Parts: sequence; C-alpha cells; structure tokens
Amino acid sequence: MLIAIVSLGGMGLLFGGLLAFAAQKFAVEVDPRVEMIQGYLLGANCGGCGYAGCGQYAEEVVAGRASLNACTPGGPEVAKKIAELLGVEAPAAEARVTAQLVCLGGCDTARSRAVYDGYRDCKAALMFGGGVKACRFGCVGEGTCARICPVEAISMNGTGLPVINHDLCISCGKCKNACPRQVIEMVNAKTIHYVRCKSQDKGKQVREVCSRGCIACGLCVKECPVTAIRLENNLAIIDGYICNNCGTCVEVCPQKTIA
Amino acid sequence: MGELITIIFGAIFINNFVLSRFLGLCPFLGVSRKVETALGMGMAVIFVMGMTALVTWPIEQYLLIQYNLQYLRTIVFILVIAALVQFVELVVRKISPALYQALGIYLPLITTNCAVLGVAILNINLGYNLLEAVVFSVAAAAGFTMAMLIMAGIRERLDLSFVPGHLKGISLGLIMTGILSLAFSGFKGML
Repeated sequence: MLIAIVSLGGMGLLFGGLLAFAAQKFAVEVDPRVEMIQGYLLGANCGGCGYAGCGQYAEEVVAGRASLNACTPGGPEVAKKIAELLGVEAPAAEARVTAQLVCLGGCDTARSRAVYDGYRDCKAALMFGGGVKACRFGCVGEGTCARICPVEAISMNGTGLPVINHDLCISCGKCKNACPRQVIEMVNAKTIHYVRCKSQDKGKQVREVCSRGCIACGLCVKECPVTAIRLENNLAIIDGYICNNCGTCVEVCPQKTIA
Repeated sequence: MGELITIIFGAIFINNFVLSRFLGLCPFLGVSRKVETALGMGMAVIFVMGMTALVTWPIEQYLLIQYNLQYLRTIVFILVIAALVQFVELVVRKISPALYQALGIYLPLITTNCAVLGVAILNINLGYNLLEAVVFSVAAAAGFTMAMLIMAGIRERLDLSFVPGHLKGISLGLIMTGILSLAFSGFKGML
C-alpha cells in the first residue's frame, strides 16, 4: 500500500516537475499584441480577410503582412482599434458592402426545362446539362449560398431564390465565391436598387426564358437623373457609388427587373 | 525476423485495431471527413504509439513487476502517456514549428485515447519484449492509419452522392465501419 502511494505520487510529482520545466525551457514567445487583436476581432472565423481564421489574421496583421482593414465584419471600428494598438494611422474607411442577389428567376418567373432531384448543391445541379432553368445566366436555386453563409443571413424562399438579410450580412463574400453562376455580388450597402439580372442574351431570348429578365431596352439609362446606369453586353448596370436612390428606374423598367 | 513480420502483418490486417479490436473508434469516426486530416491524425497516432511502447514497457518491467504493483497498471499508464504526450508537444512546438503545424492539433486529441492505452496493455498481455512491443505498436498504428484513410476515402466519395436523409452522418459511418470490419474478417485464419 505504502509503496503504491509513494511510487504513484512520486511519478506524478516527477512528471509534473518535468512538464513545468519543459513549459519554461521550451516556451514559445507569442507577441501579446496578437492576442489583443484577436480580442478585438469578432471571432466569426468567416475567412473574409483571406486568412484561415481570426487567429491567423491577427498574426499576419501584427507581422505587417495583412492590411489593417481586411476584416470586413469588424469594419472601420476594428481597423481603428488595431491601428491604435500597432501605433499606425488608421486607413480610410471604406463603404460597407453587402451581398446582393442579381437574379429574379424564381420558379414562378423563370422557365424550367427539367426536373432535378439529385444532391442539393448548385455546382452538382449544373453538372447535369447546365441546371434546371432555361436561362443560362440565372440562379440555380439549390441554396449553396444559404448553406455556406457563416451567420445564416441567407434563406431560401418559396420560389427557390435566396433571400439575403442585409442587416445580418457581414460582407465576408463567401456566398459570392461559392455561387457557380456569379449571381451574388458584393455591392454598396447604401444603394437600394439594382438591376437584378445577369443575362447577356438579347431581349427576345431573355423574354423566352424569364418574365423578369433585363431586355436591355435602355429606358432606365435614359431616365436616370444622375446617369448612374449604363448598358453593357445587353445588360443595364447601376453604379452603386453614383446612384442617389431616387427610384425612377424602378418605375420605368418594363420587365420589373430593377428592384 | 520472421517473428517480427508476423507481428506487423497481424497488427495491420488480421487484428486491425479499429476494424477487429474496435479500439480508437472515436477518432476513426470523428476525424475521417477528409483524407488530409485522416493522414495527419494517423501520423500523430503512429508517433504517439511508438513512444508509448518505448516508455510503458520499461515501467511495467522495472517498476510495476518489481514492486508487485500490476493492479495499478491502467492508472500508471494513463499518467505516463498523458505526461509524455504533453512533453512531446511542448518540445515539438519549440524545435520544429512545421511538424507542430502538421501534428500539433492532433496530439492532445489522442492523449490516452483508448487505442493508445490499449496498445500499451496489449504489449504486456501478449508478453512481448521491448523490440517486439515497439514494432507491434507502430504496426498497429499503421493499421489504424490505413483504416482511417479507407474510411476518409469512402466518405469523400459519399459526400458527392445521394444519401437518404435518415442515413446521413454517423449512422452511415457506423454501417460502413461494420461492412469494412466484415471485409477485414476475411484475413482471419491467415496466420
């Protein structure tokens, strides 16, 4: 009994001492600023900065390899705090961007040409002869963006289109990168109206596949009081940094594409 | 030499740790999502099991048997392995950051994992000498790694195919483990 207690206790003591010694001897020095910056970050680990997570971004920013305002969820406030800590000037604040769906081709508006019953993923759906919808530019509607969103700001509505909650969006851009049809764009959060279509087809072909696609009639371009709209590749495009949200284009659009 | 080859073959195929002894099922199901992570985990297990055999065998022979303390074997082995893994982690972190990046996150996960403790106790029960014990441990860990890689490969394929909702995730994982285990029982009786 005594031997058992002594030997087990002795071993515990020995290993404890060894670990304590090793912890000091082999201590790895970590810059305390890394931990402080990690405290400022929101900890969503969204990857919007381009690094593996908040921890790696903190390391990179202390090492001077990452820009101070790369954290989009944190925005200018976090950038300012980091700048103060590192003793450098805060970079100019950029306008907040938000994810925006640029397609209105739900199952009630866009023509379907097939039924897809496979794995619920947009890329997988596209592998089967280019997806369900007749339009070759539109949203596939399998909800890959909704699943990848780290803050659950995207939900799928009844017509098979994603709905983005702009208040929840942290601008990480994951949905934009995941979308195989590029129908999610990062846009200026202050602008309300956008041309919600990506089709570069001619007007007649667009009408054949979707009741709300842009037919490039040019009415909005003519009527816009601040000339924020231009036509490119059979598609009207609103510049979100010029637009003053007057809403004239929404009224004149014959296809109700601008919303 | 022939003896050692028999031990290696037996530990990898016939008495595979995961598929016929059912040890280490937790990391087997938990870390087998991707081939890459499965390989990292497997390497960490090979490393830890080798070290474990090297350390626990002398302790059994020169301490526990000497003082008639075999009944303390489990708790002593847990203590030794936990301290050892912690120590190795500290050293690796200082000496080789690259190795730490590759193995570091898996090391705490397998501190006294049942497969690691199992290999230490099996070494004693099977009456191996030190060389045999180390060879057996590394081979057993290699078998574990192989099972992990097979599972991860299957899972990566399954991710792209249609699986009925009620089978998704852990239930299908367990079914596949069972089928794999059946397949490996074909090796029984080879030696």
